[in-house]
Amino acid sequence: MHEADKKVEVLKLLEDNARYSVDEIADITGLSREDVEKIISECENEKSILKYKTIIDWEKLGEEFVVALIDVRVNLTREKNYDDIARRIAKFPEVHAVRLVSGEYDFQIVVKGKSLKDVSFFVSEKVSTLPEVRDTNTHFVLKSYKEEGVLLFSDEEDRRLAIVP
Amino acid sequence: MEKMKEKKKVNEKLLEIKPSGIRRFFDLIIGREDVISLGVGEPDFPTPWRIREEMIYSLEKGITSYTSNYGLEELRVEIAKYYRKFGLDANPDNIVVTSGVSEGFDLSLRATVNPGDFVLIPEPSYVSYQPLAILCGGNVVTISIPPPSRLTYEEITTASRMIDPKILILNYPSNPTGVSYSKKELEEIADAVVEMDMIVISDEIYSELTYKFPHTSIAGLNGMEDRVVVLNGFSKSFAMTGLRIGYVIAPDEILDAVLKIHQYSMLCAPITSQIGAIEALRNGESELDEMRAEYMRRRNFFVRKLNEVLETHMPEGAFYAFPSIKDTGLSSEEFAERLLLEKNVAVVPGNAFGESGEGYIRCAYAVSMDKLREAADRISEFVNSLR
Repeated sequence: MHEADKKVEVLKLLEDNARYSVDEIADITGLSREDVEKIISECENEKSILKYKTIIDWEKLGEEFVVALIDVRVNLTREKNYDDIARRIAKFPEVHAVRLVSGEYDFQIVVKGKSLKDVSFFVSEKVSTLPEVRDTNTHFVLKSYKEEGVLLFSDEEDRRLAIVP
Repeated sequence: MEKMKEKKKVNEKLLEIKPSGIRRFFDLIIGREDVISLGVGEPDFPTPWRIREEMIYSLEKGITSYTSNYGLEELRVEIAKYYRKFGLDANPDNIVVTSGVSEGFDLSLRATVNPGDFVLIPEPSYVSYQPLAILCGGNVVTISIPPPSRLTYEEITTASRMIDPKILILNYPSNPTGVSYSKKELEEIADAVVEMDMIVISDEIYSELTYKFPHTSIAGLNGMEDRVVVLNGFSKSFAMTGLRIGYVIAPDEILDAVLKIHQYSMLCAPITSQIGAIEALRNGESELDEMRAEYMRRRNFFVRKLNEVLETHMPEGAFYAFPSIKDTGLSSEEFAERLLLEKNVAVVPGNAFGESGEGYIRCAYAVSMDKLREAADRISEFVNSLR
């Protein structure tokens, strides 16, 4: 395996399951324990591993959150380009994602709050009032079916027989 | 009046065939809860969504008719194109679409074996080969090649000089051993086949699940033009087991014979499955790559774990580990039965694949990594408790 491929293989495994131990990754990839440790710490240092995260189906736990997707159209000036505006928006803790997108609007931002009121307040008081923001269009998320590539519903149970030669 | 001789109610050939070795074992499992099963020879992935979606759409459009006996022209063209990756330039007219490789295998034997012909089968072998050859009236002769040993030129020619077999059955990557053959090794086998003037029935159902070197079809090698029947299908590579869809690629004379039986028995493979198969070949490659990569990860993990307690060769393909349990002093059946009763892990005793499988167990690693981890731990505990 090439060095780059080893790294990708280790990262793919961790992306799929951040709880894999170093030993398990070594077994799966055929790399030595030391190599796996080295790859992981290198990736952490160079920030190609940004964070270890868990995807949780909060709805299942009865926790209530409100998520909204907000389209934002902005005015650019000589002093303020897309990056400047995006950085300003991204710093709010309510904001989970900021993306520059093509189409009618410039940015799509994902906002998470405790209630509709929370999110509405944030959009009207914090985002819309930024001097560069021309207008916004808010979509509240009613239900989520897939997050981060993970299906949040199950209809594919294992129906195989216990023994089939 | 003289009493008439009593008529036998069933085909007498069937009396020569033993019931499947795992039948009794299957009964033991029924009713047990929380069993981790490594006994399942099928992918644990559902059929990729794009394939299912294509089949659903075809049903919505009311496409539910018979197809030609050969199968859909579109599908045969795709199969011919696809098989070039395994080194065989097949003609769509030399392909018959079947209800899985199981039907294809039966047709190939019935099309080629005359009563009394010798059929050479390397063992351990898939459970259906020997019974189906016997049903055709064939005389089965096995060559014992438990892993890590492999079928060679010498083994074939030595066996052949004694019995002059007509058919050699190949299955690579192998169920149950995971052994596969490189192009160079296949060339040697091909030399022996030409020398002994045999026909090869080559079951290549695991051709996509190879981890060490890419699969080569023996049918594409020099001298093999008129003597190989290739069997393949969609069950393992595209996780389409229950859709029962496979195909036979054969030289004209054999294909005509295969088609004749197929048209009088099965008529044609189900059209819905044929449509799914077209989608699989046209657009299913990325899902296939993902599944293969996942099986390889599981193989690496599981075989290393097994090797801590049982001698296990690294399989080159398919999704089975075939560890030796000889050191434990138990027979394959005893081992499998006690492992099930004491640790709730189901594996298949090696002797289900013929006498040469005695002293081994087959573990399918087509289960999630979490289950594999747990199964490996339980197997270790069990083996350690025997020492």
